[in-house]
Amino acid sequence: MADEATQEVSTPAPRPQGRPERGPGGPPREGGGRKFFRRKKVCKFCVEKIDDINYKDVRLLGQFVAERGKIVPRRLTGVCTPHQRRLTAAIKRARNIALLPFAAR
Amino acid sequence: MQRSYEVMFIVRPDLVEEELDKLVGTLQSHATTAGATVKNVEKMGKRRLAYDVKKFQDGQYVLFTLASDGKSVHELERRLRVAEPVIKFITVRTDEEQQRLDKVKKLRAAKAKRPAPESAPESESPAVNA
Repeated sequence: MADEATQEVSTPAPRPQGRPERGPGGPPREGGGRKFFRRKKVCKFCVEKIDDINYKDVRLLGQFVAERGKIVPRRLTGVCTPHQRRLTAAIKRARNIALLPFAAR
Repeated sequence: MQRSYEVMFIVRPDLVEEELDKLVGTLQSHATTAGATVKNVEKMGKRRLAYDVKKFQDGQYVLFTLASDGKSVHELERRLRVAEPVIKFITVRTDEEQQRLDKVKKLRAAKAKRPAPESAPESESPAVNA
């Protein structure tokens, strides 16, 4: 019991320092709904071990494209940086060959 | 220096099957005379385009996989630009990407071959911490 109390006291201390860095998804930005910063977002490509992000598979690319055709930022999708870069290159290629729109609606 | 390329082009939708085949055959022979080896020809069928290209809403997609040097591909691109039924094309160089994929695959295979008992204690400790 005493151990648990000491543990709970120690954990909040690092938290306030961490929160401004993990801005996206934190309560000050969203205002209600989320308790703490959303940290469970993992990169879909790393988890499923998808190596080949091809401009040809529109179905895969379409998951990372918003309704108006814009590329979704990685802070929303949780994709890691190298995969996001490859994804962006593939989406831009697909746009050039009219598989994806530049601006929809 | 053999590089591999993928050339994808869109042909206007009002072309008949035989005319499309003839066009594809012509382009293939152009590629071969320019010094490229056509490894694969894939007709991806008619698709709705994401935006209007030369006032067409649909198009027939064709994909060429080639192995050649840069000059032959440049020559093929010139022909594609001139060809009237072709409304859009894109050339992608694939050999470097393929090299990277092969390397990753090899690393994965090597990792899988490593003895399993080594990885078991490591996977247990994160579970204890959580």
